[in-house]
Amino acid sequence: MLKITDLHAGIEDKEILKGINLEVNAGEVHAIMGPNGSGKSTLSAVIAGKEEFEVTKGSVELNGEDLDEVSPEERAHKGVFLSFQYPVEIPGVSVTNFIKTAINESRKARGLEEMPANKMLKLIREKSELLDIDRRFLSRSLNEGFSGGEKKRNEIFQMAMLEPKLAILDETDSGLDIDALRIVANGVNKLKSKDNAVIVITHYQRLLEYIVPDFVHVLHNGKIVKSGGKELALELEEKGYDWLKNEAVV
Amino acid sequence: MAFESNVDIEHPVHDLRTEAMKNFELKGFPSKKEEAWKYTSLNSLQKIDFSIFPKEENALEYKEVKKYFLHEIDSYKIVFIDGIYSSYLSETTHDGVDICLMSSALTKPMYRPVIDVYFNKIASKDESLTTLNTAFSREGAYIYIPKNKMPKKPVEIIHFSTGNEASLLLQPRNLIIAEENAELQVIERHQSLTSNEVLTNSVTEIFAADNAIVDYYKIQNDAENASLIDNTYIDQKSKSAVSVHTFSFGGKLTRNNLNFYQNGQHVDSTMKGVTILGNKQHVDHHTLVHHIEPNCESHQDYKGIYGENATGVFNGKIIVDKIAQKTNAFQQNNNLLVSDKATINTKPQLEIFADDVKCSHGCTIGQLDEDALFYLQSRGIPKKEARALLMYAFANNVLASVRIPEVKARINKLIAKKLGVNLGFDL
Ligand SMILES: Nc1ncnc2c1ncn2[C@@H]1O[C@H](COP(=O)(O)OP(=O)(O)OP(=O)(O)O)[C@@H](O)[C@H]1O
Ligand SMILES: [Mg+2]
Repeated sequence: MLKITDLHAGIEDKEILKGINLEVNAGEVHAIMGPNGSGKSTLSAVIAGKEEFEVTKGSVELNGEDLDEVSPEERAHKGVFLSFQYPVEIPGVSVTNFIKTAINESRKARGLEEMPANKMLKLIREKSELLDIDRRFLSRSLNEGFSGGEKKRNEIFQMAMLEPKLAILDETDSGLDIDALRIVANGVNKLKSKDNAVIVITHYQRLLEYIVPDFVHVLHNGKIVKSGGKELALELEEKGYDWLKNEAVV
Repeated sequence: MAFESNVDIEHPVHDLRTEAMKNFELKGFPSKKEEAWKYTSLNSLQKIDFSIFPKEENALEYKEVKKYFLHEIDSYKIVFIDGIYSSYLSETTHDGVDICLMSSALTKPMYRPVIDVYFNKIASKDESLTTLNTAFSREGAYIYIPKNKMPKKPVEIIHFSTGNEASLLLQPRNLIIAEENAELQVIERHQSLTSNEVLTNSVTEIFAADNAIVDYYKIQNDAENASLIDNTYIDQKSKSAVSVHTFSFGGKLTRNNLNFYQNGQHVDSTMKGVTILGNKQHVDHHTLVHHIEPNCESHQDYKGIYGENATGVFNGKIIVDKIAQKTNAFQQNNNLLVSDKATINTKPQLEIFADDVKCSHGCTIGQLDEDALFYLQSRGIPKKEARALLMYAFANNVLASVRIPEVKARINKLIAKKLGVNLGFDL
């Protein structure tokens, strides 16, 4: 599904990603871990198509198509979804209107009719219940004044509504209390299928107990320095990153 | 420009006109040297040879101009075509309230007592464009709502120009009086139907007596070569509430001189505006609220979005007299510049002589937030729509105080059209 080959990307003169190789297939869950500033959010933004970052070398392919010239909205239409580490506050646009617009724009791009209002309402009800989101919440301005945890839960609500093929969850667990973590993880698991894939970026093993990864990668200084199975996350929790930093030099 | 006089000596307001003419000749057109006109030049307009009185009367079919009316609801209508009253397109009334013509109010003896008390009483005697209007205007809307009355429906004042003159100068004059406890809603619009030059120099006087409520909506979405100088003067007595919403999307040059005088206690004055401009359009909002008595409030909230080579000005003056204690005065002006070439000059001007007042003001100038744009795009909303959505959201709270739902819907549509999108929902 996703194939990243020798990806170099940065901003202005600063190279942040320094040769990433990663392949994610349908049905798989990949976890990316790594110290602060190693480039995890940059990698997710580049996959989602943020133009601020310049790709200087290598490629990102989705189902065999090079995404280089593809706009963020077109990537979304092709099924890419990014749950933001820091969701943006958008005063004046309600959660409901936002998600309606997002869904209908995606449908339009696929040559489908707008979703009928009653179907939309039903879907909203279903998904907000799944994530235990209060209905009143949905008429508030998008992310404005939301608590950290509420923002993250709202990201996953959007994901549930949009049903992406490739979901990237950038530190969706940070800021969530223990119950919310379980609810959100449960929501993600319900959406998982053999046809879609999830990339989970996290600092903590805890989330991976709920969303069990098939592969764990460690990103350090713009490169994947180690990959392994889910037991790698446990090892990291125990030992930290220092031993890997040394390994990378060797 | 040259003005030939064509005056009726017998007219009750003849003396006012003569004096106004003298004052105008003394001052002439405002120039950029004056502080209040620093950013708005009338030079290019003064070079145009405007005709003042149209040579022939023009008729319009309702279906040609229906879209400019708020046709979704029933309304009284006072309609002018090239400055001349169109009885065919209008719907006036004398049923308990007077919603009719300025020309008849000025000439018929039965209106004389009201004219003597109100006409030209709050309008400036020395501001040059106001004096020009006083000297020359012959026509406009006259609205008189007696004590405890409220017209059955809103009033639309619409000026069409047909383009049958190469360039036309219009000087409408409106007098609006809401007596004690009366209520009134007015929608005003100027619409040129061609790309010929039109300059409108309009003066409106509004008197709100004790407890009166007046909501005034100005829809400024005129054609590319239409310019408007709007001089509005509002006199408010105790516990009255007057709001003016100004929606500026069109026209070449628009200058709004909006003046509120609070001549009573517990007065509420509201000034709101949404300005969305492109091309080389220019809009200048000059507001004044003069707090003359204690315990009053004023609320100003203007949002501006400027693209291409558009230029904007916001100058908000608040005067709080020494005796006007416990005044609450709020002023907000937020602007988005969505092109490198667009400019905005924004300036609050506070003259506060009382010590026990709450006064807050803020102006911001910013660009569209790139992170917000990416966030929307990453959810599948195309860039153009995402930009429009952010701009829409930026201006949105100004619409919250619009009390006629159909006006709100209309403005929403105009905004979407101006931004070139169809968002499929109202914010
Ligand atoms: N817009 C930007 N301008 C300049 N530098 C940037 C920008 N975005 C990211 N960086 C830099 O790139 C590096 C990687 O940042 P990134 O946000 O991808 O790290 P991260 O792995 O997600 O860290 P964290 O775990 O703290 O979220 C950091 O040094 C950061 O300062
Ligand atoms: Mg990060």
